[in-house]
Amino acid sequence: MNNNVSGIAAAQKGVKKSGFLGRVIFLQEMVKRWPFYLMLLPGLLYILIFNYFPMFGAVIAFKDYNPVKGVWGSEWIGFKNFEFFFKSDAAWRVTFNTIFYNLVILVLMTVLSVLFAILLQETGSKVRTGIYKSVMLLPFFLSWVVGEYLVYALLNPDQGLVNGIRASFGLDAINWYSEPVYWRFIMPLAYLLKQIGYTSVIYVAAITGISSDYYEAAEIDGASKWQKAKHITIPLLMPVVFIMLLLSLGKIFNGGLGDWGAFYNLPRESGILFSTTDVIDTYVFRSLRTVNDIGMSSAVGLYQAVVGLILVLISNYLVKKYDSDSSLF
Amino acid sequence: MVKSLKLKGEGVISKLLINLMFIVYSAMCLIPVLLVLSISLTNEKSLLTDGYHLFPKEFSLIGYQYAFSGTTSILNAYKITILVTAVGSILHLLVTSMMSYAISRNEVRYRNQVAFLVFFTILFNGGLAPYYILVTKYLHLKDSLLILIIALLVSPVHVLIMRNFFKALPDSIIESARIDGSGEFMTYFRIVLPLSTPVLATIGLFISIAYWNDWFTSALFIENNKLYTLQYLLQSLMTNIQYLMSNEQASKTIEKSIGMLPGESARMAATMLSIGPIILMYPVLQRYFVKGLTLGAVKA
Repeated sequence: MNNNVSGIAAAQKGVKKSGFLGRVIFLQEMVKRWPFYLMLLPGLLYILIFNYFPMFGAVIAFKDYNPVKGVWGSEWIGFKNFEFFFKSDAAWRVTFNTIFYNLVILVLMTVLSVLFAILLQETGSKVRTGIYKSVMLLPFFLSWVVGEYLVYALLNPDQGLVNGIRASFGLDAINWYSEPVYWRFIMPLAYLLKQIGYTSVIYVAAITGISSDYYEAAEIDGASKWQKAKHITIPLLMPVVFIMLLLSLGKIFNGGLGDWGAFYNLPRESGILFSTTDVIDTYVFRSLRTVNDIGMSSAVGLYQAVVGLILVLISNYLVKKYDSDSSLF
Repeated sequence: MVKSLKLKGEGVISKLLINLMFIVYSAMCLIPVLLVLSISLTNEKSLLTDGYHLFPKEFSLIGYQYAFSGTTSILNAYKITILVTAVGSILHLLVTSMMSYAISRNEVRYRNQVAFLVFFTILFNGGLAPYYILVTKYLHLKDSLLILIIALLVSPVHVLIMRNFFKALPDSIIESARIDGSGEFMTYFRIVLPLSTPVLATIGLFISIAYWNDWFTSALFIENNKLYTLQYLLQSLMTNIQYLMSNEQASKTIEKSIGMLPGESARMAATMLSIGPIILMYPVLQRYFVKGLTLGAVKA
């Protein structure tokens, strides 16, 4: 990822040749290297249309969107859409939930996947390590819709496996789908189960990349396994950990439900559970699709995107201070 | 001597604990899937009276019969999903790799500016609502097969992974192809792509799983039940069921549109059918995936 550094630095400096000269250079380049520019044209067009147009479209957050008048024709209403959102009780709820789950998941995910990655080398048999890795990766390949069914099979209040087991111990059945408090644990657990296999395998890959010279040298000095992990593996793993953290931080407030399918699907859109399951993404999606409130939806979406960007910039700054090679840019 | 024996003993105990931990964790990953498999193979009545079990109490294939009967909604969803996954993955690989290759070449003057444009979209986007309006109002892609393919066509992260891979290819190969009179496109298709199978396989795997599992695009843009993908069919089976049970009129309408009013075992059978292909291909997928990740992590 470090290669991007040069890219962005150069782009920022920009080759600012003004006016006529700039145009001549541009045309020369296009004529001389046309096959390359033809190659990147489809992807570039796609990104401009599907990623950059919506960025300009974000102005509808400040408009009273009217489908007939379109994005540019609709009336400006200033911060009204934001006002509605921040005055509703949903604002605090979804912001808190988003931050809460992300913090819990980021911390647990990082600690557990690094731990798993290190311990996977210590099972004593390559075959067993391989089997564990395969099984741990399985949930990563399943969609959150399938996840909804898996969780439902476990937690269905009448027939579900968990209540069945509770019954055999003489415990009362719990109605999981109407008790918000349990979802504070269910959500992170489900999310971690799906993702940890994947992050662990990435860390295993990074560990395999560490030169064995270090370990041999440490062995000669009589280092224990714990000492080797603490003084060699973990420090050398940190750059990868930082990159993974920064990338997932970006996703927190970055809109698009890709990763947040868990919060949409697992609680089965149950309104009773919103107090502990509603996050910004599910809120935006709902106000767009169910409530059909485009103004509010885009205001919240913009709020999310801006906070997300600030968050990534701050953490990138902090990482850079700590270890300049590990930052994204 | 005594010391080394003691150390060996500790090693055995810690190994035992480590293995135990992974066995428990593996069980947590596997049990839900096994449970759904078992429900899909159990007699509907037994499910109601005995609850769900890890092994079917009264074996029955009726769930699968049900899933395939009625109209052919599941088969249709399969067709749509396979089509979208196959076409989407190939196009994604083509567009992404061409773009990545162009911005990986040093002689391309504006490569860094383009890379910045791509990279910035990872950090910031306009949000869901403008995207929704763009697709529905300006591009008129609502309820079309095309949007299912287009939605995942380019991924900035994949562009950057591929760019890093192409950058590591030895320059001399491309130079010598050029000297031999090969055009840039020829070099790209005949030399660069064949040399890049590891990264193509990994990204191809990622993206085909993403297409296969994509429920979100359908949830946003698809209303026509002929265009339901497997994931979206599953999702509507789940969200509709309680509503259906309390409303006879609605259940008739839904029965018409999705072809069945499924019991538990039928819905779980549909779930198994939707993850079946992934599980069947899993050994192959997994090996490539780990190889590709190793490569990606070291390069990244």
